[in-house]
Amino acid sequence: MDFNDSPEEADFRAEARAWLAENAEPKTPGKVYKYKRGEPELIPAARAWEAKKFDGGFSGIALPKEYGGRGETRLQQIIFAEEEANYLIPPPVFSISHGMAVPTMLAYATEEQKQRYVPATLRGDEIWCQLFSEPAGGSDLAGLRTRSVRDGDEWIINGQKIWTSGAHYADMAILVTRSDPDAPKHKGLTYFFLDMKSPGIEIRPIKQVSGFANFNEVFMTDLRIPDAQRLGDVGQGWQVAITTLMNERVSSGVRPAPDFEDVFQLTKDIELDDGPAIADPAVREKLADWYVKAQGVKLIRARLMTALSRGERPGPENSVSKLVSSFRRQEIAHFGMDLMDMSGAMMDPDKMPSRALYQQALLDSPGGRIAAGSDEILRNIISERVLGLPPDIRVDKEKPFNQLPTGAE
Amino acid sequence: MNFDFSEEQYLLRDQARKFLDDRSAPAVVRAVLEDDDKPYDAELWREMAELGWIGTTIPEEFGGAGLSREDLCVIAEELGRSLAPTPFASSVYMATEALLIAGSDAQKQEYLPALAAGERIGCFAVSEGVGVANAASIKMRAADGTVDGTKVPVADGDIADFAVVLARYGSDLSLFIVDLESDGVSRSSVETVDPSRSHAEITFDKAAADPLGAAGEGWETTQAVFDRAAILMAFEQVGGAQACLDMATDYAKNRFAFGRPIGSFQAIKHKLADVYIATELARANAYYGAWALSTDAPDLSTAAAAARVAASDAYNHAARENIQTHGGMGFTWEFDCHLYYRRAKLLSLALGGERRWKDRLISQLETRNFTGEE
Repeated sequence: MDFNDSPEEADFRAEARAWLAENAEPKTPGKVYKYKRGEPELIPAARAWEAKKFDGGFSGIALPKEYGGRGETRLQQIIFAEEEANYLIPPPVFSISHGMAVPTMLAYATEEQKQRYVPATLRGDEIWCQLFSEPAGGSDLAGLRTRSVRDGDEWIINGQKIWTSGAHYADMAILVTRSDPDAPKHKGLTYFFLDMKSPGIEIRPIKQVSGFANFNEVFMTDLRIPDAQRLGDVGQGWQVAITTLMNERVSSGVRPAPDFEDVFQLTKDIELDDGPAIADPAVREKLADWYVKAQGVKLIRARLMTALSRGERPGPENSVSKLVSSFRRQEIAHFGMDLMDMSGAMMDPDKMPSRALYQQALLDSPGGRIAAGSDEILRNIISERVLGLPPDIRVDKEKPFNQLPTGAE
Repeated sequence: MNFDFSEEQYLLRDQARKFLDDRSAPAVVRAVLEDDDKPYDAELWREMAELGWIGTTIPEEFGGAGLSREDLCVIAEELGRSLAPTPFASSVYMATEALLIAGSDAQKQEYLPALAAGERIGCFAVSEGVGVANAASIKMRAADGTVDGTKVPVADGDIADFAVVLARYGSDLSLFIVDLESDGVSRSSVETVDPSRSHAEITFDKAAADPLGAAGEGWETTQAVFDRAAILMAFEQVGGAQACLDMATDYAKNRFAFGRPIGSFQAIKHKLADVYIATELARANAYYGAWALSTDAPDLSTAAAAARVAASDAYNHAARENIQTHGGMGFTWEFDCHLYYRRAKLLSLALGGERRWKDRLISQLETRNFTGEE
């Protein structure tokens, strides 16, 4: 075993460090930075940073050179992300664009479309969103109902999407629709990409528990998409969507805050009846549990890096990390506030430790356990794809979609 | 980045698994569990010595194989998986490590070759009955080259040839080697929750004792031995947890109720997914421990405590839910689930319980500065 970079990895890391030092402002070690979301006013800065990386050869690190990428592996991409995390950079609004839209375009678009869209995306000119989830199709994605009807060289789209991150600033979108309601649910889907400025699109922000509005509802009314923007065959939308989603499980990996280091410091700072909280045996037991989990996730990631550096594909084992981390974040938020006792209810950043990080996480953390595969879906994935347990008995698989019970009648 | 065992180590693992599947099959474990007069499987022990496992980390000059502790971790995982009913942990993780850390040249010459060959068995005696055994609580006394007092329970104390004993010498603690066949030593077996591993009560009445390491350093050396043993035992625990998960998963696929395999119910699937998660977190922490152990890393004690906390939790969790998945049959003597359930709890107490190790983990972390990179 060896935790050091290989010579090639070390060279790449050195190159990345040198470039970042030249082009970005470093974070102050130990300082708590507020996690920034993709607010519209921050988008120009995010685009500019992406363009800078593109010019420096650090955008689309694992993507092919002929489409503007660097032609290296996912490992190099992770190394760059590790280094980039030490700098003050705009919010990451390109993860869907790079992690989902681009791989899907590369797999299914025509050569001309790839040349037109992929380099522009890597340069930060185009931000993508993902029009997948619907009120009737969340965890059960294939239950989606947005209709697509062919009309000559075009398709007419009517329906509603929900939980669409970044729809309010995205330029482009990937979209799954139902083209054949008479076919069984997974067989009647068709996949497109489109310009978000097309007529017939209405976007409404969804205010979340946390008060933020990162997600949207997207309504499509007689929206027209050229057939040339169909990805995959008619009725093959599910297969194309799988390509997109395979990439999601690896691309979302933001460090949850507060995590062990934060709460460890908090227990040193907060006084209980008999001294600092960290001296309390019950507190120590909880801290130990969280350390072991946080460390375990970090080390599972080290094993993923090892697999990547050997050219192996990461497996569904990585569902573990998201499941464990999002739950821990919620637990730590509750625990931290409890340590603050009566004052824990306050959310004024000027009055509270770490600028009310724990209070913010209380309201924000439920979303982490639902987005990008809910706790329950991830446990299904682990039990079916890792342990090989039988899939659920399905009552909806072979029947025509329009004959399935919806609970609405 | 290469956070994995090597190809040679995977070969070693396959070889160990093949051998133990046969020679430490559940029937072999049961034979020791059910026979009060059979404290361990002596034949298996002899064969393990022939394979060179017992002397894995003992240098070649002392008759060992001179391999790395990573190799020993690989073997430990398989021993845990197969519940091998032998004094491996006592003799190899504890007595051998104590001699390697603190032994004089003469002591190494005397004990290590016989340990490596499996001809002599060592044990490590700390606990003195109910309550926490720590630097303040040890009552056993040492004076004039002898020790006085009682140690209980001592894993493999009834079959070992010698014991490493923690005793109070003056006001400080020191370690001593005591020949268990010598005058003034009396021992008897004690019943434990896991009779597939034998334990004893040993009383020392002015028994001749040879100091191991410098006077007054007994507690520090004990901690060092415990750290090393915690990592090796974590691999046994991970092996045991994985065995429970495999058993439960296999049963859930083949046991039908309400017209379908019980493994198709989410109540069972999610339960086993959680066992998988606990086992993977424990495995990751154990792997890091293996690296820290073989490189003698500065954060060895932190790595050891983390490995132990994660592994004790995972194995107890897996063993409990394995019985639960098997339903009523899992609660019968006839099914093997209880063999793991017993061993899981035994191992999580062997070097001190979870509370002790969680506290130790946080104490280690308190000495570190968490601002910025570690």
